[in-house]
Amino acid sequence: MSAISLKVNGRTYDLDVDPETPLLYVLTDDLALRGPKFGCGLGQCGACAVIIEGEAIRSCITPVSTAAGFQITTLEGLGSPENPHPIQKAFIDQQVFQCGTCSSGIIMTAKAFLDQNPKATKGEIEQALDSVICRCFVQYRAMNAISQYQGGLA
Amino acid sequence: MTSNKTIQPTYTTDALDALEKAGLSRRTFLKGTGAMIVGFSTVSAAGLLSPGEAAAAGAPLQGSTDRRDQLDSWIAILHDGTILAYAGKSELGTGMFTVQSQLVAEYLEVPLSRVKLTICDTALCPDQGTTSGSQSHPTNFNHRNRSLMTAAATAFHELKNLAAAKFGVTVDDLVVVNGVIIVKNDATKNVTYGELVGGKVFNLQLDSSIKIKGPKEWKILGTSVPRYDIPDIVTGRLEYARDVRVPGMVYGQVVRPPRVDAKVVSVDESSVADIPGLVKVVVKNSFVGVVAEKRYQAIRASERLKVEWTQGLHLPNQATFYDWMLQQPRTNSRVADSLDVDEKLASAAKVIQATYLYPYNMHGSLGASAAVADVKENSATVWSPTQSVYGAQRSTLAVLLGIPQENIRVIWRMGSGCYGLNGADAVSFDAALLSQAVGRPVMVQLTRKDEMAWENYGTPYVHKNQLGLDAAGNIIAWDSESWTAGKGSRPSGGSPYNVVTGNLAGFEVPAFNPSTGPGNISTSTGNGSNHVPSYIAFVKANGRAYIGTVTSERITTHGIRSPFWTGPLRSPNRLQNTFAHECVIDEAAAYAKVDPVEYRLRHIIDDDPLTGVTNAGNSGVSGTRMKDCIKLAAEKFGWEHRASPKAGNPKTGVVTGQAMAACLYEGHNGYCAVAAEVEVNQDTGVVNILRMAIASDSGPVSNPNGIANQNEGGALQGMSRALGEEVTWDHEKITSIDWITYPTWKFSNGVPDISNHQINRTDGQPAKGSGEVSISVMAAVLANGIFDATGVRIREGHFSPAKVLAALKAS
Ligand code: FES
Ligand code: FES
Repeated sequence: MSAISLKVNGRTYDLDVDPETPLLYVLTDDLALRGPKFGCGLGQCGACAVIIEGEAIRSCITPVSTAAGFQITTLEGLGSPENPHPIQKAFIDQQVFQCGTCSSGIIMTAKAFLDQNPKATKGEIEQALDSVICRCFVQYRAMNAISQYQGGLA
Repeated sequence: MTSNKTIQPTYTTDALDALEKAGLSRRTFLKGTGAMIVGFSTVSAAGLLSPGEAAAAGAPLQGSTDRRDQLDSWIAILHDGTILAYAGKSELGTGMFTVQSQLVAEYLEVPLSRVKLTICDTALCPDQGTTSGSQSHPTNFNHRNRSLMTAAATAFHELKNLAAAKFGVTVDDLVVVNGVIIVKNDATKNVTYGELVGGKVFNLQLDSSIKIKGPKEWKILGTSVPRYDIPDIVTGRLEYARDVRVPGMVYGQVVRPPRVDAKVVSVDESSVADIPGLVKVVVKNSFVGVVAEKRYQAIRASERLKVEWTQGLHLPNQATFYDWMLQQPRTNSRVADSLDVDEKLASAAKVIQATYLYPYNMHGSLGASAAVADVKENSATVWSPTQSVYGAQRSTLAVLLGIPQENIRVIWRMGSGCYGLNGADAVSFDAALLSQAVGRPVMVQLTRKDEMAWENYGTPYVHKNQLGLDAAGNIIAWDSESWTAGKGSRPSGGSPYNVVTGNLAGFEVPAFNPSTGPGNISTSTGNGSNHVPSYIAFVKANGRAYIGTVTSERITTHGIRSPFWTGPLRSPNRLQNTFAHECVIDEAAAYAKVDPVEYRLRHIIDDDPLTGVTNAGNSGVSGTRMKDCIKLAAEKFGWEHRASPKAGNPKTGVVTGQAMAACLYEGHNGYCAVAAEVEVNQDTGVVNILRMAIASDSGPVSNPNGIANQNEGGALQGMSRALGEEVTWDHEKITSIDWITYPTWKFSNGVPDISNHQINRTDGQPAKGSGEVSISVMAAVLANGIFDATGVRIREGHFSPAKVLAALKAS
């Protein structure tokens, strides 16, 4: 165990954890966050995605120690049901999800990509989401929501 | 599927002990599952309302008999007019929570915001069986005993009666506006629901004879009310089963066998003794798990624990698996036989013979299954993403844990989309066994590998078809024989062996019981597995039971024992059967050089144009509705009316074709047709759908956007399964254990354009299923599209680039 300071959704948490613990478990178990989810633990699916310093990263394969000191954002930190972030609002408007297990994967990855590439084409967005999986297969609606969000960036 | 219900299961002594403790003598239990089920289908001992709600409502707690016919089991009205509703159909990501709330608001004439629905908690909610098989709509949206619709209608009727009596008028003198009952010609006379019955019990039976409004008068149902849970999902607020936290909770991980059917020889606990936070190593027969204070400690312990296992089963060679299936001891079932098929085939101008193959698929839920259990000395609470809180969980947990079922509370919590029997039930048992062993609440989330290697897969199929055509190319005889493999299923009524955990814990799977003779011809007109193609008449004692023109028919099915666990996977059997039928009819159309849409239509009988009476006997199944879906999908797609394959496509490079497939889901439960443009890269073997039109008819549409989401997701999921999903194995173990070894269709394959067209039947047709209709046709859509584009017919699912390339080369 060792003392680690994590900055999550604008707050700083001082924790005593095994530094090798995947960031995901610290977020869900120690901080009781529900946005990032355990899908594969192998970096293959995106269910655990969080944004660190503008990049969508996979918290299931990121040791908590390497995330210390950086700004970490989960779905909770983007917005709230009352005041959703524009990309969250787009996903509500388009009624995208079924079970929602892929919500962090799709929303965080799309946001990080579009914020850096606001003019990306449909094909480029699909490529950026290459290793983001949804098994309820809401990809058609997700693309509609992403393009709604992209429209607002212009 | 195999039918082994009559076989007496064998149990280990542990399992038998557990049975005794659950209050079931061995003899009673072995009589079969019927005896178990009677005791379990009850509203729980905890009663209608939770203690808090009961106090708020001033209502007494309800007894423990079967009270599903009692209004108070479904609906309670509080003083402030809040409607508490309780239902037994869960939210699997399909929007059922929202649409069931719409239903209650609609039939009680209150704003949606006043309805507080609770679903699938055995302490509170009526037992409505399993949430599966596209049965939620038919169950709760038809006015009959024990439906939510009837409960709301009965309450509404009673409220009006009470108000009429109060004001000394007749119910016709009353209007109801937003939960206030008003005397029409004297608005000063009015009363709210809360004032009338707030806090009181109704003490009434559900009454399905009450006349209720039809879908034409719906104001809340029939509209696209947004789902309640989506704002919480997108902002990370929704509590899933994996988010449940109980004071004192610790984390468990299971250690599954390294090979199929391997059993524990020994466990070396000292191998993990130094892991910090370790609470316990748990071994029960071949069920092995570890519990630790923190999740990561439990994961480490599970990886490091030294267990010696027996070798297990030598698995059949996957390369020749379909041949192996044909050689196994089997059950025989004669679904239909007009006894003239051989004769008709012999006299046919042409016989088309085709064998279709479909592999094991997995549910492959994105989230690894998770559950929390808190098992005490003689009681238990389990938070589970199960599809069946009563049957699969409560009654089975009683047997597994040796705790009387009335002391077990199962509370449904959202899980990852399951599409059937994924790891949800197994992991709930895992958590319960570990919690019982350590005496503390335990959360378990499976690893990706444990989820994939041990779930109950969708069944493989070998499907032989012979179609006899007359000189005009029309079908005059249809012979269909299929083989499938099964082992286990959804646990229910105390059959823990149906999933891996129960089996490892000591409950043996009953021996397989092959048939001794060919079996009698079935008298049933049911087509729940879609063994019967839409295009045959399915002649039974009382006439035709189906919509097809073909009266010379023979449908035979066989079941064999699967080496792997199997269970319901979205559109179980129906998808595999539809694949074979909807491909072979395309083969016949191509032989006859007739447009595949026109060819389908000419083999379906219209309802009587004057009376509207269907030509499918008493089954209520309508040929016209099936035809309407096919025509609508073709029209919206912009179908080119011509024979297949498309003329003039080159033999290399990228080509496109059009495809159609249709199905009457479960023989009666929802109509669907999909037309699609399929692209084939003949150099790489990559297949894609560029665009598709889906037409569906599920009776009255309760929430158009919700059904559209089901149709779209089902279509893409069916496409993913057909384009490359196949469970693989070597000589001893499953090798599909992650998203590399079990590839799924992704964004980067290119998201097709989808147009969705629902035929809304507001004319009194019953509500039908919609969760599994579109997925059923997609494998056939792809095979037919590949044929139209390339002229090559692929009869073995799936259509991965390697297989498509091989087929193109072989042609
Ligand atoms: S859970 Fe992290 S990528 Fe799958
Ligand atoms: S909505 Fe269920 S995995 Fe995407």
